[in-house]
Amino acid sequence: MLEFSILFPSVLNGLTTGAVYALIALGLTLIYGVLHIINFAHGAALMAALYGVYFLHQLLGIDPYLALPVMIPAMFALGYALQRWVIGVASHGKDENILLVTLGLAIVLENLALFLFKSDTRTIDTAYTFTTVPILGATISLPKIVAFAGALAMAGALLAVMHRTDLGRAIRACAKERQGARLVGIDVDHVFAMSFGIGLACLGAAACFLMPAYYVNPTVGNGFVLIAFTIVVLGGMGSFIGALAGGFIIGVVESVGGLWLGESLGQIGIFVIFIAVLLFRPQGLFGAKA
Amino acid sequence: MLEARGLSISFGGLCAVEDVGLQVPAGRIVALIGPNGAGKTTCFNLISGFLKPDRGSVAFDDRDITGLAPHRICALGMTRTFQIVQPFAAQTVRENVAVGAHLRVRSRRAALARADEVASRVGLGDELDKLALNLTISGRKRLELARALATGPKLLLLDEVLAGLNPQEITEVIPVIHAIRDTGVTILMIEHVMQAVMHLADDVYVLSNGRLIAQGTPAEVTNDPVVIEAYLGTGTAERLRRMAHA
Amino acid sequence: MRGLIGIFAFAAAVAAAPFFVSSGYALNAIIMTLYAALLGQAWNILGGFGGQFSFGHAVFFGTGAYAMGVLQVKFGWNAWAAAPVAAACGAAVGAFIGGVSFRYGLRGSYFALVTLAFAEVFRILANTFEFTGAGVGLMIKLNESAANFQFATKAGYLYLILTLVVVAQLATWWLKHSRYGAWLQAVRDNEESAAALGVNAFRVKLAAIMISGALMAAGGVFYIQYLHYIDPHIAYGPGVSVEALLAPIVGGIGTVWGPVIGAVVLHVLGEGTRGLMGDAPGVNLVVYGLVLILMVMFLPRGIIGVFQTRAARNATPTARTGAGRA
Repeated sequence: MLEFSILFPSVLNGLTTGAVYALIALGLTLIYGVLHIINFAHGAALMAALYGVYFLHQLLGIDPYLALPVMIPAMFALGYALQRWVIGVASHGKDENILLVTLGLAIVLENLALFLFKSDTRTIDTAYTFTTVPILGATISLPKIVAFAGALAMAGALLAVMHRTDLGRAIRACAKERQGARLVGIDVDHVFAMSFGIGLACLGAAACFLMPAYYVNPTVGNGFVLIAFTIVVLGGMGSFIGALAGGFIIGVVESVGGLWLGESLGQIGIFVIFIAVLLFRPQGLFGAKA
Repeated sequence: MLEARGLSISFGGLCAVEDVGLQVPAGRIVALIGPNGAGKTTCFNLISGFLKPDRGSVAFDDRDITGLAPHRICALGMTRTFQIVQPFAAQTVRENVAVGAHLRVRSRRAALARADEVASRVGLGDELDKLALNLTISGRKRLELARALATGPKLLLLDEVLAGLNPQEITEVIPVIHAIRDTGVTILMIEHVMQAVMHLADDVYVLSNGRLIAQGTPAEVTNDPVVIEAYLGTGTAERLRRMAHA
Repeated sequence: MRGLIGIFAFAAAVAAAPFFVSSGYALNAIIMTLYAALLGQAWNILGGFGGQFSFGHAVFFGTGAYAMGVLQVKFGWNAWAAAPVAAACGAAVGAFIGGVSFRYGLRGSYFALVTLAFAEVFRILANTFEFTGAGVGLMIKLNESAANFQFATKAGYLYLILTLVVVAQLATWWLKHSRYGAWLQAVRDNEESAAALGVNAFRVKLAAIMISGALMAAGGVFYIQYLHYIDPHIAYGPGVSVEALLAPIVGGIGTVWGPVIGAVVLHVLGEGTRGLMGDAPGVNLVVYGLVLILMVMFLPRGIIGVFQTRAARNATPTARTGAGRA
């Protein structure tokens, strides 16, 4: 049952899907690592970004990959605004109940989409939607391979920003010691908003890579939220390497799980891992001990 | 009443407490002193069940309680307070103390009545309806004490119950602690306020860098050169002696 | 005692409603408001009084609904016999999730996440097995008679849900006046201090999640008897989980009347929105989402908090301080 010719494509598919998951998780782990916010609105924001890519294509004919320079800044701006003027204001300094505010945002975004766009599932058709590439005997769809490459590129860019730029240094300072950062003159509110913005910008990129091979409807975010959380927890909250590793692992688990247990039950492996990690190793693979 | 032997614990390679043993006879007040970071609160945590020792044992009332959960130890008659007071902020003084009272008492009405009585004993009688959040630091320390007293302990572990109080407040609390001992409660206290240690303690243990360096009456211990060095630095004892004879 | 009188006065007032109101629409409104209050009160016991915020409370609701459905449809049980078993199933699931989560010290955001994960696991399981009707769900045959726990008139259902709400109210009142309730609120406010005072925090939290689970399952029992149908998405999806926490947060967590007040306010808001914007899908929830954000931002103690004294204002458990350490 587990012949190489069946397993190998499944694993490859899992890796490519996992790369996109990792991209989604990268934003989430950055937001948690810096602001200590468990961003419940992450899935809904992804959904919003997917709609963005969809309409750019349907109304303006812009190819999803070419939409990257539009979506990334747009999502960044949305993230910045949300953190600076909604979430940051509601927090009053108390971390835990940001859950409720981000949950509220998720509800608002999801149902706004439902109201505006109805519940139809939409896809886009591009020239390469059905193009496939043979790899070592397996047939992998081209958009997925592009997504894989894109995710690695984004992760690399993020790491570069975090470790080579002043902004990155400021972000890491605020993450470790909020008061101290203030004392040395860092505008913490601004830096937090920048971090949240970067987190959502990753979603903008993820949406561009996802849309050609996937679909969008108002509730699509829900499915991604839990998977993203699983990856972040598995990889370790705040760790980029962890998000990448976690993304690949979960992608493969989902793919192979679907192979073994069927479409419906296949996803259960993900949540079992999630619960197990939360219980037995909450710091994940690469995270710091709480 | 309480006997600790060879208590040791390390945190990730750092030895916090090493081979500490102490005895608290029934009905006495014993003080545990030492410079900051000596490991005094860690000892309390080891004795009261909040930490499990790597080595060593704790016996309470001739019963081995090493590694028991904190709430079990409290039920057996040993209650501890916290150095950084942690009241139930959203509740009133009466409700706070009642939580302690409920250890022995099931009825809500009886627990609230007992809370009134215990709170008055420590001087909080006028503030029973105040929210714990709105108390001064002195009030919160008394609340911490009252909550612990309400559990009807045989042994009370007081962790710096006088810290943060001004001299006036300290002179008010010392008789309260005496009165508690006079009702038959044994007390083991961590204290920095030497005035209180001199007035209250029958026995003193001195901890430095996780080890016991001296033990004796307050007078013996404060004159011990090893103790002086631990607090004031090497060579101080000698310098002080020379100055005294100059 | 005043609290008890209030509860019975409320019960009497609502019980009298069918004699003054005959419109099916209005009776349904009262029923659904009470239903929301029940779910909210169940959540409130664990979240408001216990300080453990759950984002997957549907896991108990769905279990109650499915237990009710499966026992009747697959095993031919009488509904009256099935109902307490369904509630017990809710408590059992609570014992499992609580036992596992609290044993490993999960609190705050991590606990919220794990409840979400469990709800999703149950949803997947319900969606997979024929036993629960898989994706198609379960339908209870229409057989209106009191013996079958179904009622021909709305009034019958009203009395049913009212009874459940009164039970929930009494349970919460008991929490405010009992030793167990004092322990639970102590654990919520400071688990370490509570342990130092002899409280077995694990057992206390476990009992709370079981009570909460049983009440939530009772909500599921009501749902399937009233609407005759359940499927994995309704049972275990985010809708019910969100609905359960909205009412207490709006009305005031950790209070006896918060969930009821919150349910009424949300219902009125919903009706108002419907009047203004019609029946467009999603509009109601957009409003609820905004309300949630605004409540946390400006009124973390809920509506009841507005009426509390200035001194109390700074201290009561709020949506901000309730969730414990992560």
